[in-house]
Amino acid sequence: MIPQDIRTSPVCKLSVGEEIRGKWNHSRYRVRRRLGYGATGAVYLADSDHGVVALKIGHDQMSITSEVNVLKRFSKVQGKVLGPSLIEVDDWLKGKVTYPFYAMEYLKGETLFEFLRNKSTEWAGILLVQLLTDLHTLHQAGWAFGDLKPDNLLVTGPPYRIRWIDVGGTTIMDRSIKEYTEFFDRGYWGKGSRKAEPSYDLFSAGMVMINLAYPSRFTKGNNPDRQLQEKIAASPMLKPYGALLEKAWNGKYRYAEEMRNELVLLLNANVNNQTPQKLNNSVHKPPSRQAQKKKKGSFLVETSLVFMFVFIVYLFYMLGQTM
Amino acid sequence: MRNKGTLRQILLITDGCSNQGEDPVAMAALAHEQGIAVNVIGVLNENAPEYHRQGLKEVEDIAMAGGGISQVVYTKQLAQTVKMVTQKAMAQTIKGVVNAELQQILGSKSTMEDLPPDKRGEVMEVVDEMGETMNLEVLVLIDASGSMEDKMLTVQESLLDLSISLNSRIGDNEFSIFAFPGKKKEVEELLSWSSKMDSIGKIFSKITLGGITPTGPAIKEGIAAFSRKRSAKRSFLSSDTPGYTNESGM
Repeated sequence: MIPQDIRTSPVCKLSVGEEIRGKWNHSRYRVRRRLGYGATGAVYLADSDHGVVALKIGHDQMSITSEVNVLKRFSKVQGKVLGPSLIEVDDWLKGKVTYPFYAMEYLKGETLFEFLRNKSTEWAGILLVQLLTDLHTLHQAGWAFGDLKPDNLLVTGPPYRIRWIDVGGTTIMDRSIKEYTEFFDRGYWGKGSRKAEPSYDLFSAGMVMINLAYPSRFTKGNNPDRQLQEKIAASPMLKPYGALLEKAWNGKYRYAEEMRNELVLLLNANVNNQTPQKLNNSVHKPPSRQAQKKKKGSFLVETSLVFMFVFIVYLFYMLGQTM
Repeated sequence: MRNKGTLRQILLITDGCSNQGEDPVAMAALAHEQGIAVNVIGVLNENAPEYHRQGLKEVEDIAMAGGGISQVVYTKQLAQTVKMVTQKAMAQTIKGVVNAELQQILGSKSTMEDLPPDKRGEVMEVVDEMGETMNLEVLVLIDASGSMEDKMLTVQESLLDLSISLNSRIGDNEFSIFAFPGKKKEVEELLSWSSKMDSIGKIFSKITLGGITPTGPAIKEGIAAFSRKRSAKRSFLSSDTPGYTNESGM
């Protein structure tokens, strides 16, 4: 029998200052406070020998083990930090019951809603660009994110960067999505299967944007296609992204990069039409491009110097030969 | 690809106690003996009185005897629960098989929990893969007693949603739907084995709600439907795969 309510489970009732010791590795963790809880367990902020960590304690071996497997994979996606990094996996013995847990990097930041509350609207677009960049990396590595929604995202910084905090839904490509939330699930809206593929995540990414405009979400009506169009038209924040959101909704993007590039073009175009104050905010890229050019310039100088040096040595050699 | 075998499940959706025919708990035990897991979802009205909730105790007993999972929910959570119960039950069955294998390798009483976390992760990957690739046969038994009337539309939507999830898997699925009581018999077949549930809208319109709740006979009929299917398949497959004996081990 499955517990009806996670809140009544002992894993949700750890008190401040309580110490947990791992059965296998014997590391100690002291609970500072609870950060939240979900379907599979609770997350606490804790002190340990590894510093401050986020500690997830669950009651179901299988789902915790699955999550750990995903976090391990994440650390293998080259060169990119996608989710929080995994620190340690262990079991906690309380009385006769064993509760599986793992420690991971504690990411400090704001929720998407908190972050956007006092920022101008184009930030929503920029966060989505960042999200799509990360999705592309993840997809290239053979995974789909699955349960993409604001609750599973965080904005860290400055410099501001969107990060993933809950990777429990991450699924190997072509398998069935492990975990999802109705509002962000294309199956719920009758727009396709629950097979892990890039277009599944891109649908959810579009719905994240729509959720930002409609924080309390909404339920499915009789004609979801028209419903979406109406919701977009009614929101000044969503309107500029209308075409893009509809393409994501209809599964027209095959790769995250495709959607990302279109969004970048759109954001650039919007910025040109807007006030100079907003220009400041989004013209982040050009300096780095200039720096790149400078690098290219210095590379050319270096090459020609090397050539001249070789040529002079050769001249001396020729002179030496003829004399 | 390796033949992964087949998982067999009965999913019983009911809102009350059986009141006719065989004892449903006994029938569930009989199903379990034949490698069929019996899962039960008890549906409550939003304003259900306390005695009604007590009546759903049977739900838990049937699932326990049937080696399956039970859950009591309000109508509006039905879709979510139908999927959750089906998937948890699959995982539970697979885990049982994996644990049995582990005991053969590591000695009696070893389970996944006794492995260090690293090894556990590797075993879990195998469990995940089996869940994704094994074939699945789900036989749905719908309580069509009068009190279910206002829940039928939700049941229908929940089953459609279940088929979206299951058909996104790599393994094959087959569904069959029975209602009890039926129009003329205690139990009536609404949909015979099929990989799609797209047409269930029509099927549901055929249901006539009756007064009795013959849960026991319904489970018995479910077992019969599985064995009919099995024998049909066996005669079909007999020439090429004589060693296909994964059937009863599940």
